[in-house]
Amino acid sequence: MQNEYDVVVIGGGPAGLAAAIKSKELGLKVLLIENREFIGGIPIQCVHPGFGLHYFREDLTGTEFIYRLIEKFREMEIEHYTNAHVLEIIPHSYRHKILKVVTEKGLLNIMTKTVIYATGARERHIFEIGITGHRVAGIYTAGEAQTMMDIYGIMPGKEIVIVGSGDVGLIMARRFTLEGAHVKAVIELMPYPGGLTRNIVQCLEDFGIPLYLSHAVTRVEGRKRVEKVIITKVDENLRPIPGTEKELECDTVVLAAGLVPYLKVIEKAGVIIDPATKGPVVNSYLETSVPGIFVAGNALVINDLVDYVVEQGEEAAMGAYEFVKNEGLSTVKWKKLVKGRNIRLVVPHYVSEAKDVMIYARVAKPEENIKLRFPEIGKEMRLPFVKPSEMIRIKLRKRDIAKAEDKITMEVVPNE
Amino acid sequence: MKVVIIGAGVVGASIARVLSQYEGLEIHLLEKNADAGLGVSKANTSILHPGHEDEPDKYPLRAKLCIKGNRLWYQWTKELGIPAKWPGELMIAVEEEDMKVAEHYLELAQRNGVPGVRLVDHDELLKLEPNANPNAAGALWAPTAGLLSATMAAPALVENAVENGVRFHPETEVTGIKIEKGEVKGVETNRGFIEADIVINAAGLYSDKISKMAGIDYFTVHPRKGEYFIFDDDAEPKVTKIVHQTPTPITKGVYVITELNGGLMIGPTAQDLPEDAKEDTSTTREGLEFVWEWAQKLIKELPPRSMVIRTFAGLRPEPPDGRWIIDAYDDPWGFINAAGIRSPGFTSAPAIAYYIVEELIQGKLEIKLTRKSHWNPYRRALFFKSLPPEKQNELIKKNPAYGRVVCMCRGITEGDILDVINRMKRMGVKTITLDGIKMRTWPMVMAGTCQGSYCRIRIANIIARETGTPLWKVTLKGKGTEYGIGDIKVLLKEGVKENAE
Ligand SMILES: Cc1cc2nc3c(=O)[nH]c(=O)nc-3n(C[C@H](O)[C@H](O)[C@H](O)COP(=O)(O)OP(=O)(O)OC[C@H]3O[C@@H](n4cnc5c(N)ncnc54)[C@H](O)[C@@H]3O)c2cc1C
Ligand SMILES: Cc1cc2nc3c(=O)[nH]c(=O)nc-3n(C[C@H](O)[C@H](O)[C@H](O)COP(=O)(O)OP(=O)(O)OC[C@H]3O[C@@H](n4cnc5c(N)ncnc54)[C@H](O)[C@@H]3O)c2cc1C
Repeated sequence: MQNEYDVVVIGGGPAGLAAAIKSKELGLKVLLIENREFIGGIPIQCVHPGFGLHYFREDLTGTEFIYRLIEKFREMEIEHYTNAHVLEIIPHSYRHKILKVVTEKGLLNIMTKTVIYATGARERHIFEIGITGHRVAGIYTAGEAQTMMDIYGIMPGKEIVIVGSGDVGLIMARRFTLEGAHVKAVIELMPYPGGLTRNIVQCLEDFGIPLYLSHAVTRVEGRKRVEKVIITKVDENLRPIPGTEKELECDTVVLAAGLVPYLKVIEKAGVIIDPATKGPVVNSYLETSVPGIFVAGNALVINDLVDYVVEQGEEAAMGAYEFVKNEGLSTVKWKKLVKGRNIRLVVPHYVSEAKDVMIYARVAKPEENIKLRFPEIGKEMRLPFVKPSEMIRIKLRKRDIAKAEDKITMEVVPNE
Repeated sequence: MKVVIIGAGVVGASIARVLSQYEGLEIHLLEKNADAGLGVSKANTSILHPGHEDEPDKYPLRAKLCIKGNRLWYQWTKELGIPAKWPGELMIAVEEEDMKVAEHYLELAQRNGVPGVRLVDHDELLKLEPNANPNAAGALWAPTAGLLSATMAAPALVENAVENGVRFHPETEVTGIKIEKGEVKGVETNRGFIEADIVINAAGLYSDKISKMAGIDYFTVHPRKGEYFIFDDDAEPKVTKIVHQTPTPITKGVYVITELNGGLMIGPTAQDLPEDAKEDTSTTREGLEFVWEWAQKLIKELPPRSMVIRTFAGLRPEPPDGRWIIDAYDDPWGFINAAGIRSPGFTSAPAIAYYIVEELIQGKLEIKLTRKSHWNPYRRALFFKSLPPEKQNELIKKNPAYGRVVCMCRGITEGDILDVINRMKRMGVKTITLDGIKMRTWPMVMAGTCQGSYCRIRIANIIARETGTPLWKVTLKGKGTEYGIGDIKVLLKEGVKENAE
């Protein structure tokens, strides 16, 4: 065994960097492993603002935001490998895990007490969303297009159709327009936009880009490169309505059709996955079902804001600290967070009265004038609206959690 | 003597490899695409069929060459380092009355001389394949069926043929055939005239067009589409055997296989397209639904639809009545057809190659060929992922690029990519394409869970660096499929120019 660590952080995006910084501050022996040649993760390629309003109390671009974190990480001289890839996590005993890592110096077996898994999310691609037709040039995921433009300085295409109106799709629509491309349309499956109202205005309306709600791109046509897409109206069950097909000429299709936690490595280590978040089931320390393996950021749940991602990274570090200090997390009575009316997902899945906990949730449908309610603990709050695109973040206090028996339901109810 | 082979699909590439065993030949393998194997040979079921599905009186060549090809591939895949496995095949009789159909194929197996084929009952079927449809009546079991990494086959064959002296000419499209006094003299191409005494037509879907250029125009080849789904590498359940059903009037059978990359694959359909739809490899909703519906009957359950990572379609080059056109002619002398090679063309390709060299060139045309004293049957293939740790460490020590994993889904390293690029250059590929790299890696890069959304740009960057090409000009599969359209400011610059005008 070459080395032994208290905590190994896998992934050097905002979640991983925050986790590593916090771990070091808490006095843990920490190593961070990043697959790419540079640390920083997704924000490096985000040249638009909207980062850090909560965390730094400033509106920064992704690049500025991550630069600050990277500076801090460097100043603290945290040990890290870039161009290194974790192949496998082998739970060796309750207290130790062995990581198999490929690096430029050879294969390493690294022993650690805990792991913080912060590998981010992957993007849903064209084959996952049922688009048929030709497999030709000119089809990109939003992240790939963004990397092309803002890391490598090349232009993907000229006449663009964007699939998906989440913030990623909206921001890419503006980004393409600013470089002189013609964004022909943003196509959204749902009857409402997926992104923030602010982004609808600033990224689409300001540039006159049409948004088709309740539409799907059903087919791509072209000989060598995309020549056109077929878009079709969908019914309430999101099924294409025959006869409503329409052609849009374009040379580029950009898919911003959602993110999925990228869990290749920990899935094999045996963690349990929540079908709603597609991320691991966790307790309030962000520990997965495998003791000592923690998870944070987009690998845990798809976040809207990098600030939440950083917060989760720090939370996971505190969990790792508890684990290292006590040789395992203390045994407590876990109470399940149960999804009630109009709640699509919530993390963490289990909470206890041992600590306050930040919970992150999303609703299934937009709703106005509502109450968010936790009946078992008699807590409720009024909100003017909730929508799937905006993550709900609330703190539950120890003393409130203590009131519940073995579960706490979270639900959205009309505000009478 | 000069030989021109038109088309570097699995058929043309096999012919090139077999011919490279003989002395005194100058062999030119011509391919219009940027690389070998980008035609029909790229998108198919990749099964090495046992040879009991073709009636010997109706399809004598298919019946004879399929069994022989199956045996040859056993040796060829080892020599060439093409990933392959031999799980055997179950033709499932879903209903009791389907057993009669199975019996018919048992009889064909006997007539064609396919070894080891027998009927199995419900219980044995489930022992052989625990994930088979638990209500199926039984099956016909053919143990010699195999699977290979089809995408790698043609490139590997050409690589080996080139090692043995064959000249590979990619991006070279044949536009005419020169015939004088009833004898072929050579071929016209977009890169000029190439002299030849023998011209072999292995142009797949376009073999009718090539044949016409030689004046043999009694047939056409039309495309028959087959569509597929591929599931993620870890989607369950999987099958250990090749599974399909007893053919019906509606379908010759949808297959369920665990392909060599690791994921479950289901398909194909069989849809006849007009003769001019030779490039229509698009998938359709109807076709895919058909596949889904039929595959469900074969195994106990399919993985969830959300685990699908790819859909694709291929085109079979269908000759009239399904009969392969493999022949040499008195007029024009020297012209040989290997045309309309539809299924089981992949399996049969090595045997087709021997048939052409032995029975047509040496037999019918009476050309005497002598074997070389030195011929190298081997292609050294190296896949980092499948090596033991000590070997992996050795490789990384020698070349740190093997320590950089570029494809996170499947663990393919930069070293693997560089190795492939060097092979491509050595074999004469002029344009290093993303597809060319994909086809030669194993498991295939850019084809796992993320379908390249993480790694395509990294691989494009490696190509750009290694070939001195601007990143945006790197192509997916040759001209017209560039990755980008220019540098990031290209459109703004154009705009400024237009404004000035
Ligand atoms: C187009 C776009 C616009 C956005 N706009 C905003 C915005 O305006 N405001 C905002 O707050 N947020 C925004 N975000 C979201 C923000 O970028 C993400 O929430 C954040 O990057 C998630 O951080 P992460 O650390 O979880 O993952 P990532 O940033 O994805 O980092 C994960 C890291 O892990 C590495 N990795 C993965 N697997 C392995 C492995 N096996 N071994 C080693 N390393 C591995 C990856 O290379 C990567 O560096 C935007 C995102 C996109 C795509
Ligand atoms: C859906 C499907 C499933 C199949 N499943 C199986 C199976 O499981 N098992 C099996 O054994 N077989 C199977 N087959 C059949 C098998 O794939 C084919 O028989 C085989 O690949 C044909 O190879 P080929 O070399 O003749 O054609 P191709 O691979 O198409 O090669 C012909 C080449 O000629 C080139 N060319 C064309 N015109 C010119 C020109 N003018 N100048 C220069 N070059 C030219 C083309 O670019 C092409 O590369 C399947 C086929 C399909 C479509």
